[in-house]
Amino acid sequence: MRHKVFPRPFLSLTVFLLWAAITNAASIAMLLLGALLAVGVPLLSRPFWPEPPRLVRPWRALHFLGIVAIDIVTANWRVARQVIGPLHRLAPAFVEVPLDLRDPFVCTVLASVVSLTPGTVSIDVDQRRWILLVHALDAPDPPALVREIKDRYETPLKEMFAC
Amino acid sequence: MLNTAVEIAFVLIGAALALSLYRLLRGPDTTDRIVALDTLGINAIALLVLFGIDQASTAYFEIALLVALLGFVATVALCKFLLRGDIIE
Amino acid sequence: MSTVAESTVAALVVLGALFVLLGSIGLARLPDFLTRLHGPTKATTLGVGALLLASAIFFSTGANTGISLHELAILFFLFITAPVTAHLLAKAALHRQVTRRDDTPRSTTTTEGQSGS
Repeated sequence: MRHKVFPRPFLSLTVFLLWAAITNAASIAMLLLGALLAVGVPLLSRPFWPEPPRLVRPWRALHFLGIVAIDIVTANWRVARQVIGPLHRLAPAFVEVPLDLRDPFVCTVLASVVSLTPGTVSIDVDQRRWILLVHALDAPDPPALVREIKDRYETPLKEMFAC
Repeated sequence: MLNTAVEIAFVLIGAALALSLYRLLRGPDTTDRIVALDTLGINAIALLVLFGIDQASTAYFEIALLVALLGFVATVALCKFLLRGDIIE
Repeated sequence: MSTVAESTVAALVVLGALFVLLGSIGLARLPDFLTRLHGPTKATTLGVGALLLASAIFFSTGANTGISLHELAILFFLFITAPVTAHLLAKAALHRQVTRRDDTPRSTTTTEGQSGS
């Protein structure tokens, strides 16, 4: 039953919240229309979505989102100092992060998170060797950066999605 | 207090626009110009939001949303052209 | 509008504008393309995020309007698209570097982009 009405519960939730945000949650009628869209859009678009991995630990996901949000803000200070400070001290580097993940969707999430946290931009996911190519603005110690990305972002992602 | 803050922010974002424009004109590569153009678009969103606060009017929200959507699509299209155009040659 | 709300909005506005400026300073100042990419994708996005949050608080605590949430839609959109833009730009830049160095496109890390979509 749940799978018939809400084949993609998170897509439904996103559609509903986005609708509420755009219309300013102005009236009950608008919220009802949003609920209608939240049911309708995933049902209609179901054939062209790839099957996403199941989220097994939603609380873990919220915790992860919190960590990422804090990382975005705190690490931005560091990058701000680097941008203003002397440039010759920077050590930009390409770093290859070997992945344990094998799911394209979860890899995309990881790549996005790496791009959003300052100091690193993910450039490519090699799906044959499962390596995430990352460019770092200042990486004097590349192996430490690899370890940080794996421990801080990849492990929680692996735990919360069943893959 | 808020008026002063908004005025300071106007100056800061104006400087940001000038710096992005400098990179857009200077280049040296096409990809540099695309980044500059994308940044210019995001700076424009910031300016619009700020102007909305300054005028206490929500009318600028839709423009900001449009600039955000168009800026993203334009950047993706330009990148795709660089990637694909070279391959066809 | 209460003093607390007003000072929060003022702080967020200045902080946001500062980060937007920092992103552009990075764009103008850093030495090569890939390092330049770091400024706009992160600092600028965070700066605009702070400004949008300020706007949401400002209009939500204002006298004549109800709550204002639509800034969150732009915020969501920007944070979703920023990594995609950065990824595509980096790929395009690497691709151009590779094709300029020698005429035959080699199989490097950019091969996914060539076969992609």
